[in-house]
Amino acid sequence: MDPGQLLQLLIAGLVLGVIYALIAVGFITVYNVTGIINFAQGEFVMLGAMLAVTLHKYNLPLPLIILIAVAAMAVTGMLMQRLAIRPAKSASLVTFIIISIGISIALRGAALLIWGTNPYTLPAFSNQAGLEWLGAHIQVQSLWIMAITLMAFAGLFYFFEKTYPGKAVKACVINPNAAELMGINPQSMSLLAFAIAGGMGALAGVVITPITLASYDMGLMFGLKGFVAAVLGGLTSVPGALVGGVLLGVLESLGAGYISSGYKDALAFLILVLILFVKPDGLLGKIRGNRV
Amino acid sequence: MSQDRVRRRRFIKTAFPVLLTLSLLLLPLFNDSSYVLSTLVFIGIYSIVTISLCLLMGYAGQISLGHAAFYGMGAYGSAILTVKFGLNPWLALLAAAAFTALVAWAIGIPTLKLKEHYLALATLGFGVIVYIIFTQETAWTGGPSGLSGIPYLSLGQLTFNNDLSYYYLVWAAVLFTIYLSSNIVNSRIGRALRAIHGSETAAEAMGVNTAAYKLQIFVLSAIFASIAGSLYSHYITMINPSPFGFRMSIEFVLMAVVGGIASIWGPLVGVSVVIFLTQLLRDLIPLLLPNAGGEMELVAFGLILSVIMIFMPEGLFRGLMDRWDNPVRYRKAKAPLPSSLWEEDES
Repeated sequence: MDPGQLLQLLIAGLVLGVIYALIAVGFITVYNVTGIINFAQGEFVMLGAMLAVTLHKYNLPLPLIILIAVAAMAVTGMLMQRLAIRPAKSASLVTFIIISIGISIALRGAALLIWGTNPYTLPAFSNQAGLEWLGAHIQVQSLWIMAITLMAFAGLFYFFEKTYPGKAVKACVINPNAAELMGINPQSMSLLAFAIAGGMGALAGVVITPITLASYDMGLMFGLKGFVAAVLGGLTSVPGALVGGVLLGVLESLGAGYISSGYKDALAFLILVLILFVKPDGLLGKIRGNRV
Repeated sequence: MSQDRVRRRRFIKTAFPVLLTLSLLLLPLFNDSSYVLSTLVFIGIYSIVTISLCLLMGYAGQISLGHAAFYGMGAYGSAILTVKFGLNPWLALLAAAAFTALVAWAIGIPTLKLKEHYLALATLGFGVIVYIIFTQETAWTGGPSGLSGIPYLSLGQLTFNNDLSYYYLVWAAVLFTIYLSSNIVNSRIGRALRAIHGSETAAEAMGVNTAAYKLQIFVLSAIFASIAGSLYSHYITMINPSPFGFRMSIEFVLMAVVGGIASIWGPLVGVSVVIFLTQLLRDLIPLLLPNAGGEMELVAFGLILSVIMIFMPEGLFRGLMDRWDNPVRYRKAKAPLPSSLWEEDES
């Protein structure tokens, strides 16, 4: 086994993994605050990427592009909560799944309408040559992705641990009923959760586009993988998302490199199914008793 | 409960199946264009899968986001056995169903221990894996380009090679599925399943062997889906992996939920609404917005779907029936009513 190749695959997996982790954050916040699995999460990724491509045509500076895309998708997430989730009130799990699938179909259709079926790309965030390290070639964009994602996670950590609204969201995650009794409004927390989901999804979409291209139908697979990462991490904590995402990314990358690239997606889901069979609450999930 | 409502209910219960069967029998006399008939054949095929999904979701309360996999296994099983091994199509259909049952049984044992979104995810994962196998195992499945030359089904002298004969074949199968399902639902097994849906722990405490019942209904549901897949294969006579992916699984769930998962008739409504809505949008949108392409259709479809779910989460069939059954009470009560029309709906 060539160590250079192994390292190369590990790095590729790590990059993919942090992207999955960003998407998983959206699933986790929304799920914990509202109890909803938001299948439109992948479309936030796609719309963020597409928006960035369009903004790039107007020669805006890169940080501004990222900022606008993230903000726009945060607003989209909030709109979705207001217009589709809130009116449905206390529908069942399956109903919410279908509502979010309906929204995702509509968003995908809107993207098709605006951008068509062509794939688009963004240039890498800086144009130095990649670097060679222990026989592996590392793209500069990979470093950018890791740096930006780490910053995003640091920001999330700060938000959840140090700020008042963040702590309120966290309180809802720990115990929604107790949080409500303490005067925290579950509707505004839900709004905030959807904003975070939209923003993080958009960020993932923008940073990955220079590597994988953006097209109107990219949302489905990214959404599914993000969901897998979230469940692997236990669906309850943001650090869990990071662990689940990186694990999924690395396994997928190694599977594609050493086993079969055609079966790389199958492998990701096979691992998922096996882990669910052995540990039904996810790798980092807490064992919880249920009152009946 | 007023005398009037009881009578109305009894009337629906007997009249509905009779009317449906009659109109199905007579329909080709009024319109036998192959466009209408083939649409109805597809509604029939999807209805079988959707009914099977409703047994699982509406009665046993177990979600499946991978039902297209069982549907695809039936389709591919029939195709491979007839094209590569020259087996009689009917035998192929049975063999494919048996194989699917076996897989469902093996998958079901560990999977059905999971709950809610974990179950959703595991079935989703299973569906994705099966789909990838369809595209990758080129030697067996023909890969992305698929298999062609699948023979027609035949009975004695009669070959089901046109839309009209296939229409009758498929709808006979649908009615048989409905008959079988409503027998199951109204039997001891059906009551046990609804108990599981209500509370698994309570059902278990009452002596219901929850694991065994869930597994049985899962396998039965897979068999129905597989037969529907075989019917698809022998109708189209060529298959490729694309109708058996994640999207199709979602579409089945969607049809089930739009119609209402906790009824045997709901699926017919759900499948018809989804298919006609797609067709209608395809015809209507160019009239309203001459410059819009097919994309608007997707947007409108997604939005209409969400709106139905937001305002009628119990599904169109149940939602409309409950309102018709007791409009006054419905206007007063904001929350969805407990089922009143169909006693098998209690959940």
